Amino acid sequence: MTADATEDLESFRERARSFVRAHLRPAEGSSSSAGLLRADKTDEEELAAVARDREVQRMLFDAGLAGICVPTAYGGRGLTPAHQHVLNDELRDHEHPTRLQSPTFTPCMAVLLEFGTEEQKQRHVPAILRGEEIWMQFLSEPGGGSDVAGALTTAVRDGDEWVLNGSKVWTTGAWWSDWGLCLARTNWDVPKHRGLTVFMLPIRQAGIDVHRIEMLNGSKEFCQEFLSDVRVPDRDRVGEVDQGWTVGTRWMVHERMAFNSPLVTVPLGSGHAGVSGSSMAAIAAAGGRLDDPLALDLIGEAHMLDAVGSALNRRIGEGIATGTMSDQSSAIGRLFAGFASARRTTIGFELAGAAGAAWTDDDGELAERGNDFLMRQVSCIGGGTTEMAANVVSERVLGMPRERTLDRDVAFRDVPRSASHS
Amino acid sequence: MLLALSSDQEFFRGTTAKFLEEHVPVGVLRRLRDDPAGFAPDYWRRGADLGWTSLLVAEEHGGGSISGAGLVDLTVVAHEFGRHAAAGPLVPTNVVAGALSTLGSDVHAGALSGLLSGTSIATWCLAEGPPHDGLGEVRTQIRVDGDELVVDGVKRPVESAAQADHLLVTGRTGDDLTQVLVPRDAAGISITPMHTVDLTRRFFVVSFDGVRVPAAAALGEVGKAAEDVERQLQQALVVVNAESVGALQAAFDMTVEWAFDRYTFGRPLASYQALKHRFADMKAWLEAAHAISDEAAAAVAAGAPDAGRLVSVAKAFIGSYGAELMQDCVQMHGGIGVTFEHDLHLFLRRLTVDRALFGTPAEHRRRLADLIVAQEDVA
Ligand SMILES: Cc1cc2nc3c(=O)[nH]c(=O)nc-3n(C[C@H](O)[C@H](O)[C@H](O)COP(=O)(O)OP(=O)(O)OC[C@H]3O[C@@H](n4cnc5c(N)ncnc54)[C@H](O)[C@@H]3O)c2cc1C
Repeated sequence: MTADATEDLESFRERARSFVRAHLRPAEGSSSSAGLLRADKTDEEELAAVARDREVQRMLFDAGLAGICVPTAYGGRGLTPAHQHVLNDELRDHEHPTRLQSPTFTPCMAVLLEFGTEEQKQRHVPAILRGEEIWMQFLSEPGGGSDVAGALTTAVRDGDEWVLNGSKVWTTGAWWSDWGLCLARTNWDVPKHRGLTVFMLPIRQAGIDVHRIEMLNGSKEFCQEFLSDVRVPDRDRVGEVDQGWTVGTRWMVHERMAFNSPLVTVPLGSGHAGVSGSSMAAIAAAGGRLDDPLALDLIGEAHMLDAVGSALNRRIGEGIATGTMSDQSSAIGRLFAGFASARRTTIGFELAGAAGAAWTDDDGELAERGNDFLMRQVSCIGGGTTEMAANVVSERVLGMPRERTLDRDVAFRDVPRSASHS
Repeated sequence: MLLALSSDQEFFRGTTAKFLEEHVPVGVLRRLRDDPAGFAPDYWRRGADLGWTSLLVAEEHGGGSISGAGLVDLTVVAHEFGRHAAAGPLVPTNVVAGALSTLGSDVHAGALSGLLSGTSIATWCLAEGPPHDGLGEVRTQIRVDGDELVVDGVKRPVESAAQADHLLVTGRTGDDLTQVLVPRDAAGISITPMHTVDLTRRFFVVSFDGVRVPAAAALGEVGKAAEDVERQLQQALVVVNAESVGALQAAFDMTVEWAFDRYTFGRPLASYQALKHRFADMKAWLEAAHAISDEAAAAVAAGAPDAGRLVSVAKAFIGSYGAELMQDCVQMHGGIGVTFEHDLHLFLRRLTVDRALFGTPAEHRRRLADLIVAQEDVA
């Protein structure tokens, strides 16, 4: 199928609609929504779901419905965010490759498109769009995640190769993923922002040990990777040596864009950011509380947060696209999504009543709400914390004075570090 | 407010902003505190010349929009009203003008032309007093008696009722809704001023005691006004929301500026992380308020099926989070923030009034829940 840059929205919609109707299954219920990280699958089921995600992505690719806003030179369609929005609309209530969106399409593919060499883009972007490569971001480390530029994982040059040692953590799904985009320290003798370099590396290789970490709700999708003498060819370096923070700054922007990015496919009306507002009515119904004014107030509040969050994302997306808002404004959406999602989770827990503490297999929508509540802060931590987003909004958007730091003009090796991981 | 105004809209916004800066600067607003009307008739007439009252009126009736969506254009004016805490009955006059244009007959033409030229004011009598003051509760009776309609009931709060030449009354004929345009000086009407927090908005209790008007004064058919009332309510909410967002923007801008200028312990307030994070939250709520206000305005203007839902989302959000934002602005100011001397309260007052009119946040959350439960058929 050839890409047509001038394809109008209506014929695109027709094309998307006929594909979706002919090939896609209905979406599973709310409990499987990506943001929830519910521990509702065995490993076999999880792997089957990953395989299905790849398969659906391949089908979208073959139908000319993948990489809508990716240039045609890299296997995309070279169309506009408006086309992506139409696709999202047509995908309503249908399955879509949830596990490929974030972090694969954004921030990882977004970073490649922006900083990758021609050869890197040709090698990886079409493969990503075909569902053949699932990417992880190797940013956070046991010693710290907010201070991303404080990475301790070290890369040392050895001829045409780099040798990486260290550990990355909090990657969701690394055990079934293919590639990592990794921020590593290449110079300890300069201030922290000036000694970083970005690399790409296959996750399944001898030097990388992937450990799974159990989360509060029993999910084991969280991973930690131990890198020992991992050899990365220099051609898999992204951006200049020691200029990793140039890449890193944009990487953070793409990360905060998250589901607001035109590179991401997300069916309209799906609760991608945790518990969705519309499922609240179903919880109240399951608990027989639909005539309780308090329950109705909470249902209305949850829906309000959903709808306002979507409107805000559209405004920020448009603002950034047209240049009326700075890139850093993506932090506004991230901040809002964090507290709105946390609040919705609390509402879901509240509506579940005592079933939030103990439930049976027959409790339907009431079940698991206690576990959701245990995991509530995930929405304010993952993807960079809401505190960090608040720093960006106040300092970069509102221009308020930066926080004082003790690591600016010192060699990184002399900077004080977290106690247990020096 | 819209991220991108067309050049015509921008010109329109600029003209209104300049006019408000000239005619109702803070000093004037403060003086209007003791004025029984809260605005000067000439000010309103000149505002009407700028287009303040014609945007919901069809072209063939002497109105017209700028962008093709008059209600969206009206939010541009409302935003400026909020930003300047401006005087004048923007909401009721426009709602009545729109209703007269959409539903009126020849007998209403005179009233409409007075509103368009700004030589007269009209207001909408919708809400009633406690305990029947819930959103949408209407007990006022409009009875058919031969070729006359008879209005009995008490409406409150009615904005600018004493200044209005015409009252659009929403009442019940049996179980159904009817609307009628009543001259303010008709026999049987009594108007009593209420206390309020706004410096320039005036509210009244309006009692109708066997008030008789010819049957032709009805707007639309007797007993068939439910949809019209809902549309008017949505329009009023759009205007109120846009005005609230304007007030929030003004208060936020003032407060950010203050945070840079005010020093404690040798540092500006803007350098304290505890406060910076509150400003970040406020900024998020403010942008969210803009976003949902505009989205709802576009939906109502287009008569979209989800207009009622979106406008309730907007009112619920702006009323609750906007009020917190505003009170945070007061908090960031410290003591000066609760004085009459400082200007911040002009915006706090406007937001406070707007939050409580046409349904509180809780009432709109309830409307949302009812919509969702009905839609999803979960019950
Ligand atoms: C579901 C989920 C998925 C994730 N996926 C990935 C992934 O794919 N790849 C990856 O690399 N990481 C991932 N993370 C990790 C995540 O990015 C980090 O957890 C996060 O950035 C915080 O880092 P930290 O855990 O080290 O906490 P710390 O940085 O130690 O922070 C601890 C607390 O201090 C606050 N804090 C720290 N510094 C400041 C400051 N300057 N001002 C104010 N407050 C501050 C933080 O906000 C936080 O509340 C994921 C996390 C979650 C929960």
